[in-house]
Order: sequence, then structure tokens, then C-alpha cells
Amino acid sequence: MRAAARDGLLWAAGLAVLCASVAAAVTIGPAAIGVGDVWSTLASRLGWGTSDLTVLRGEIVWNLRLPRALLAAVCGAGLAVCGAVMQSLLRNPLADPFVLGVSSGASTGAVVVVVLGAGGGALSISGGAFLGAVCSFALVLLLSHTLGGAPDRVVLSGVAAMQLFSALTSFVVMTGADAETTRGVLFWLLGSLGGADWTDVWLCLAVLLAVLVVCLGHGRTLDAFAFGQDAAASLGVSVARTRLILLCATALLTGALVSTAGAIGFVGLVLPHAARALTGPGHGRLLPACALAGAVFLVWADTLARTALDPQEVPVGVVTSLIGVPAFVLVLFRTRRGVGRAS
Amino acid sequence: MTLRAEGVSRSAGGRLILDGVDLTPRRGGTTGVLGPNGSGKSTLLRLLAGVLSPARGVVTLDGCPMGELRRRAVAKRVAVVEQQADTQVELTVADVVRLGRVPHRSAWRPGSPEDEEAVATALERTGLTGHAERSWHTLSGGERQRVQVARALAQRPRELLLDEPTNHLDIQHQLDLLALVAALPLTAVVALHDLNLAAMYCDDLLVLRRGRVVARGAPADVLTEELIAHVYRVRADVTPSGPGGRPHIRFLGTLPPSGPEGAPASHEHLA
Repeated sequence: MRAAARDGLLWAAGLAVLCASVAAAVTIGPAAIGVGDVWSTLASRLGWGTSDLTVLRGEIVWNLRLPRALLAAVCGAGLAVCGAVMQSLLRNPLADPFVLGVSSGASTGAVVVVVLGAGGGALSISGGAFLGAVCSFALVLLLSHTLGGAPDRVVLSGVAAMQLFSALTSFVVMTGADAETTRGVLFWLLGSLGGADWTDVWLCLAVLLAVLVVCLGHGRTLDAFAFGQDAAASLGVSVARTRLILLCATALLTGALVSTAGAIGFVGLVLPHAARALTGPGHGRLLPACALAGAVFLVWADTLARTALDPQEVPVGVVTSLIGVPAFVLVLFRTRRGVGRAS
Repeated sequence: MTLRAEGVSRSAGGRLILDGVDLTPRRGGTTGVLGPNGSGKSTLLRLLAGVLSPARGVVTLDGCPMGELRRRAVAKRVAVVEQQADTQVELTVADVVRLGRVPHRSAWRPGSPEDEEAVATALERTGLTGHAERSWHTLSGGERQRVQVARALAQRPRELLLDEPTNHLDIQHQLDLLALVAALPLTAVVALHDLNLAAMYCDDLLVLRRGRVVARGAPADVLTEELIAHVYRVRADVTPSGPGGRPHIRFLGTLPPSGPEGAPASHEHLA
């Protein structure tokens, strides 16, 4: 009971840190806006009072910075959770949300829409990206199923799909795009939260929450995969069904996030390892911790991405790797085998 | 009634691995499954665990075919210890033993006192109580198998299946582990390579050769010089000088390989 109370306190603290991070991120940028301004805008938009901010500043908070910060939080949370699930399900510490080729498929879809004008304007970049993600995931599922469905086959199928769709993307860009389009595409490929609007936020948040519930519901099942598929089966897990459900759920979430914000790397690979060092291996605690840590991390990474070289914007994927790698090395160092769990 | 295989067959890669095998382990006893590499021991255990399903024949649990039972229901009754278990996850001994409670806990319910009690009892029975917080990665091979047995006990099974559990252990840990298993009040089925260990710790033996049962019965009746020559192509000297008058086997050398059908059928009657 005491442990549960302590856990509850920790989760509340984590959520508070996340809210504070979002609020702080909204105040940072070229137009000077204070925390008080954020509150008053929020209050007036939600109908709890009136704001004395100018219309322009109100718009900056409500339609630019807040959706962007929230989308960063949702993407960070989603990518970290997908990464953790993939690593456990495929028993591979190098697995990340993109291991199933979803991001490469999304890139191809986006590029086909932007460069070749596929869909005749009816299809947005995000729409094309999502279609591409679905195609590549279907290919991976089909391929890995044909090969027997063992974790290493799934990973190899993902690698094959990733290579195929990357080659297609390069081919389309090299043959069909001018320099300006290429730059735009490259920016999108590296991940950017620049175009965030409220529709993106609600859509991604809805998918995130749904997938998070599914994954948490399979938390103990994921624990049972620690010693492999046969061990999981002998612990009462329906291995094939669980694998299909979790692969589809994480692919859906990854597809939604990548179509909205591009392939932001590193978060899904590294944050699960960092979170594991804090919570231990049990997925009931690991997955919510991943969601919180990923959200806070990406909110700050994106804030840095849009302000560090102001007025130029650095792709957020570049920032996540630049600050993430040293942090990751530190985590690896602290959790060396035999030294024990950092707690 | 208990766990039971009736005429089970299974092939892999076009080759028949198991061919019409019957097994009804004695309740509360320890049954050893013997046979050379590739004779079908592991496949038989996987069929008994319900992880594989037979191509022909049926495995039943209390008379009910495995295929009609939910995996979780099976896991509450039948626990499995594999040859060698390893993980890359940072787990403590207690974490691993707690995995045994997975089949007993539903998705959204927190752990119950019964879970904690089952884990504590399992640790105590295997002499691991003082090691609960040690990391899996710091354990020796023998300790790891002990932890896996504790995990299996935490499942509160009535049947325990062990697939060559002593393969990677030194001799002390081999004896230690099998003595532990034999002393448990469970129906245990153990696949083994070492004939002397089988003679010492099993109540009944089942000998497989090329997927078929060639002998079954008490160790003293099954482990004869003729059978060892027929099944393993090895010359041996068997004397009743093991602990408690059980057979002791001394190996003398190999015999030339037999034909594809294995000419001497003199032991088939034992089956």
C-alpha cells in the first residue's frame, strides 16, 4: 500500500513537471510572453475569464506555441512508448518505433505526394505519409508472417522494408524534385513540429491514449516475454495474438506521429533505456514512465530546435540526437551490468 | 487424472519427430524421458506443455484436450523449465520468480497477497530467500536454473516439465537440482541425457528412439546393457550399485552404427 502511494506521488510529480515544461516552452521564443500571459490566454480561451493580451499575442500562444508544445509532448510520449514495447516484444535493445519500416514508408508516401503530386491535391502530405506507413507495415507483417513470425524475422523484414522504401524515397527525390522541394522534403524527413495545429494535436493524442491503454493492458504479457516466446507461451501468453495486437497498435501510433511530425529519431530508441534505469523492468511502471519522460524530453528538445539558431530552425531530430547521445552514454555507463540498477 | 499424451505424433521439416507416443506420468512421481539427440524428447515436452500441438493424437489435462483449454488455464496447472533460459532485461531473482504469477493475474488488477505468498514460498523451497534482490546477470548457471524452478513453483502448478535442466551445470548443481525436483510433491517429467542421473532420481523412465517409445518402466527394468546398446549404440556395464540399489552405468565404448531401421528389435516388447 505504501509503495502504491509513493508511486502515485511520483506520477503526480511527473505530470506536474510535464505541465510546467509545456507552459515554460510556450513562453520561450522571439515574441516575449510570460507564464502569466499563457495562463490568461488559456483561461480566456476556455471561457474562464478575459485576457488582456493583444490579439496577435493571444494567437501566438493559442495557435502557434501551445499546439506545437503539446504535439511535441504527444510525439515524445508516443515514440518512447512504442520503442519500449518494440524492444520488449522483439527482445532487441536496438529496436525502436521505426524498426518496422513505418517511418521509411511514411517518407516515401510524403515524397510521392510532394514531388510527384500524387492524389491530385486531394491528399495532404500527412495523408500520403500515413498511406505510405500503412503500405510498409503491411509489407513487413506479410513478410515476417511468411517467414514464421519469430522476433528476428520481424526485425529482418523491417530492415528490408526500410531499405526498400528509403531507396524509393531517394529515387523520387533525385529524379523529380528541384532544390527547394528537396530541402523541404529533407526537413520533413528529419522531423519537424513546425506545422503543428490543433487538429494534429487532438488526432495524435487520441491515437496515443488508445494505444497506451492497449499496451498497458498487455503490460504483464510484455513482462513475460523477458525469457523469449516459448517461455511467454508456457506462462499462458497467446504469443501470436499478442504480437499481432502490439505490432499493429504501435505501427498505428508510429504511423500517425510520423505522418504529422516526420521521423523524429532517437527518442524511441533511447528513452526506454533511460526510463528502464529509473523504474526497473516491469511494464506497468515502465510504459507510463516512458510516456512522461519522452513527452518532457521532446518538449525541451523542440524548444531548443526552434530557438537555438533563431531565426533559423534546426530539425528537431537533429537536436534529439545531439543532446540525446551524451545522455544515453551516461545512462549506459551508470547501468553497467554488475554495478546494479540505478535507483 | 492428470497430464496425458495419447498416440501423439509431430513432424518438422518433412521428418517425423514423434510417432505415436503415449505417456501417462505417475501422479506425484518423477518421470524421466531418455533418448539420443533428435529422438523427440524436447518435442514431447513441448506437446505436453501445450506450446506445440500434435499432428495426430491428443494431449489431455484432466481428460480435456489441450487445444480446447485457454493458454492461461494450462499455465496455472503446468509449468516448464527450459534447458537454458537467458534474458537481456535487468531482472532480479524476485522479478524472475514473480513472472510465475503472470498466468494468475489479470491485466488491470494489482498484485494480491496470494501472489506475494506464492513468490515467497517458491523462494524458500528453492533456498533462494536470501538472494531475492540479486541481479539475474550475476548468477551462475546452477543458480539460474534454481531461479527458473522457483519461477515454475510460483505458478503453483501440479505438473512440472523440465527439458534437460542440468545440461549446463557442474555435477554438484546437477545432483542438487534433480534432488530438489524429485522431492517436490508434483508430477514431474524430466528430459535427461545422463543415464546415471535418470537412474538416481526418476521413479519411471520412458526411452525414445527416432520418435518412438522403445522402453518404459522402473529404472532397474529399463536401463539394461542391451537397451543402451540398442538405443545409444554404446557398450555399457550396468550394475545395481547405485544409491538404494538403483542401476549404475559404466560406459565402455561405442558400437558400430545400426542400419536405418535399427535391426535388433529385442527390446520393443518392453514398450
